[in-house]
Amino acid sequence: MSVLLFTIIVLAGAFLAGLVGSLTGLGGGVIIIPLLTLVLGVDIHYAIGASIVSVIATSSGSAAAYVKEGITNIRIGMFLEMATTISAIIGAVVTVYLDPSYIAVIFGLILLFSAAMMIVKKLDRSDNDTSGKLAMFFKLNGTYPTEEGVKKYAVHRVLGGFIMMFFAGIISGLLGIGSGALKVIAMDNIMRIPFKVSTTTSNFMMGVTAAASAIVYLHRGQIDPGIAMPVTIGVLCGATLGSKILVKTKTDKLKVVFAAVVTFLALQMIYNGLSGKL
Amino acid sequence: MSSDKRNFFADRDIQVILGTLLRVGVIASMSVVMIGGLLYLFSDHAVLIDYRNFNPDKSGFSSIPAILIGLKDLDSKAIIQFGTLLLIFTPVARVVFSIFSFLIERDYLYVLIGLFVLSIILYSLSDKLVG
Repeated sequence: MSVLLFTIIVLAGAFLAGLVGSLTGLGGGVIIIPLLTLVLGVDIHYAIGASIVSVIATSSGSAAAYVKEGITNIRIGMFLEMATTISAIIGAVVTVYLDPSYIAVIFGLILLFSAAMMIVKKLDRSDNDTSGKLAMFFKLNGTYPTEEGVKKYAVHRVLGGFIMMFFAGIISGLLGIGSGALKVIAMDNIMRIPFKVSTTTSNFMMGVTAAASAIVYLHRGQIDPGIAMPVTIGVLCGATLGSKILVKTKTDKLKVVFAAVVTFLALQMIYNGLSGKL
Repeated sequence: MSSDKRNFFADRDIQVILGTLLRVGVIASMSVVMIGGLLYLFSDHAVLIDYRNFNPDKSGFSSIPAILIGLKDLDSKAIIQFGTLLLIFTPVARVVFSIFSFLIERDYLYVLIGLFVLSIILYSLSDKLVG
């Protein structure tokens, strides 16, 4: 395949990935990695390197908007980054020693899980009860603006959330994705941080987590300029457009369709991994 | 109450600056990647590529010194990789900025936490991690 054709296909695919990703809340890597490996026959190690770069682009791009609104909790972000940066580097170091077919199977399983998490109705479990000693010590409790004024929230089960974040970081470094679905579990379900705060804070953290493993990938030659270029440009343009239409559209139906697509890709990845085709 | 309010406003200022920092980083790196990408397409558009097998030595620009040397020669791939580096360092810059803002707030616990996160990232900069 010529450089021009390859660039055009990847650019179009990445644009679509960024667009749908930002509309449904799933990261671009979820589409980018199957596109590169299954459709274009790119080695999964290159796909991981390209994907992590797109994670940083979308994280920094959208975090810039969120942070200004004052919803992001920078302390929670910084505190949990202690776990995610260490584990992301561990994941990035380990990934090259793993057989590509194992990586494909793990990736497929994470995809299935992400698809399920996307359509499950989320329950807001945040409350303002007295929180534990750890949350007080690390000053994690905070406030955020809502339509009814500034609202307070308390952070719970800090240690459990920290451990879950460690796991999310390993997966992120291993597969080159943002592992947003796992971060949701840590922040929404375990630590009981309100949705708005946890979504924006996890998005904010993703860039730092991804940067740590991206440097490891770069040193190893996994970030190839010919692939990273169309992926980065495509995803960022798509995500920017997506965030602009998000305000006007209802995304419930789109989420179901996208979950079906992701499930199909997941099964393909698992099948190809198990049959040794990847 | 009054100290609460003051902290709230200090936090708001910091968040606005942080948002701007992230945006500038993304725009700068995207521009560099696009310039490199156009040069790359202009010179190499008909070249045949094969990414089927991972070869660590293929990209050629896999360390910061190599990228900077390539940049001096205006190598299109080195320009793309430099843009990628700018993108990678945008979140790192925001960690550095957060450390300073915690220092101004005299929140030394979070200065330490920030330094810890920064040192992990800086450790990954040494290529000891890649065997």
